[in-house]
Amino acid sequence: MSEEIISDLMRDYVYRLASSGQRADGRALDEPRKLTVETGFAKNAEGSARVKLGNTDLLVGVKMAVGTPYPDTPNTGVLSTSVELIPMASPTFEAGPPRPDSIELARVVDRGIRESKMVNTEKLCIIPKEKVWMLFIDIHVLDFDGNLFDAASYGAVAALATTVVPAKAQNQGEDFPLPVEHWPVSVTTAKIRDILLVDPNLDEERMADARLTVTTDENGDIRAMQKGLSGSFSYDEVKRIIETAQKVGEAIRPILRS
Amino acid sequence: MEDIEHIPKQLKLIDENGIRLDGRRFDELRPIRIEAGVLRRADGSAYVEWGGNKVLAAVYGPREAHPRHLQDPARALVQCRYNMAPFSVTDRKRPGPDRRSVEISKVISEAFSAVVFKEQFPRTTVDIFIEVLQADAGTRCAGLTAAAVALADAGVPMKDLVTSCASGKIGGVVCLDLNKDEDNFGEADCPMAIVPRTGEVVLLQMDGHLSYEEFRKAMDLSIDATKRIYEMQRDALQRRYSLTLDEILKEAPLAPAETPPSDLPPEFEDDLGPETPANRNEEGFP
Repeated sequence: MSEEIISDLMRDYVYRLASSGQRADGRALDEPRKLTVETGFAKNAEGSARVKLGNTDLLVGVKMAVGTPYPDTPNTGVLSTSVELIPMASPTFEAGPPRPDSIELARVVDRGIRESKMVNTEKLCIIPKEKVWMLFIDIHVLDFDGNLFDAASYGAVAALATTVVPAKAQNQGEDFPLPVEHWPVSVTTAKIRDILLVDPNLDEERMADARLTVTTDENGDIRAMQKGLSGSFSYDEVKRIIETAQKVGEAIRPILRS
Repeated sequence: MEDIEHIPKQLKLIDENGIRLDGRRFDELRPIRIEAGVLRRADGSAYVEWGGNKVLAAVYGPREAHPRHLQDPARALVQCRYNMAPFSVTDRKRPGPDRRSVEISKVISEAFSAVVFKEQFPRTTVDIFIEVLQADAGTRCAGLTAAAVALADAGVPMKDLVTSCASGKIGGVVCLDLNKDEDNFGEADCPMAIVPRTGEVVLLQMDGHLSYEEFRKAMDLSIDATKRIYEMQRDALQRRYSLTLDEILKEAPLAPAETPPSDLPPEFEDDLGPETPANRNEEGFP
């Protein structure tokens, strides 16, 4: 995710293209890459999805277990998200404990799902204060070609949407589908100098000055945001990014729901 | 902020007259006090009390970056460590970085990276330490606001100070600067940080549920509040440095040029920084 040297030639090329409204891979500035979602990839998971966003490729698995609730939320299930940036996915990823990059990624994906109330966690309570379902979302990045924020979020949403609670195997009654009630869609915009690009690929991401991830729900309301990198946005740019995120989110949502 | 989902429906965070639990209106900040230069060893420091928050920030550097493979031959690193004291919250927080602090440290580092003139100090690091001593929601904003003053106190060249504030939604009303109860039981929280002189947004996060309309209202409230906070930051720096000038003027005629250096411990020689009224007052010593 971090230091990989990028040539000035590439920098100028991408910027010059973008200033005339074009991108190296032929997309418009506000056009995400092609998204494909394949659910049910990992049969031993309660729900899973293999997501390709352009050449970024990742697998999300959902596992569930019975556990005890947090004392301050005795009637709700527990949701936990983690990301592994395995060394297979990029020469810049290293084995070892999670770094700030992957912690931020996991927390931003988690925030979109949690704050949109996508999963009704109150329905995951078995016995208040004692027994609830714990929901573990594990994101495994396989091939890194930029914009993990959106790809990971799409994978998590798609995997959750197909998750079946394994009640029978845990002696808690009959299996039932996870109570999914909302459909958050994350859309990330990168800023290169003065230009805004939706769904940056790796080259674009590496030269980006700033990034803003906006998660909207099916009503176009904002559920989570995260600004990253060391550049800045004007307030006007923030507004434009949100409007684009609402529009792009609208187009992505049916792909995740299908 | 993220762990509490169970909202007691009967709790009324804002009444019919638009008065919040702590008596504020929707566009009011909690009381804020900023003090610059509060630590002796740090190159720069600041202390902020913001409602129930008590936050200390210290800056070291630019100094050599370690380990050396982190060094950037073209510019300085800006590294922030946000940390909460175990006793800063109701339930003891396990010491050391958790995932939340790692994320906050990262976004604050990035926010300051946007304003520090890093190119002037290749291979170095500017270390920013934020310690939350008492937490009452909005600690990252208080920490950032303190750290900006500490950076200025350390003399680190910057475009401008960074000023931070949050707005959110409670009981269906968009409100400025949520306190702990409002944050826990409210519907949304949106911290931001801005470079007041240029209007650049250098930190922006949001969780909860806001329509686009409400978001713009929240941002407008925050931007308006940062103007007031910016004045307090400047005032803290001016108080710190205008006092120094006063003291120099006051003491100049008293310092005889031929005083042998052995009369004073060496640190008095070049120490122009008064720390507190107590040690400035010569008569205070017996």
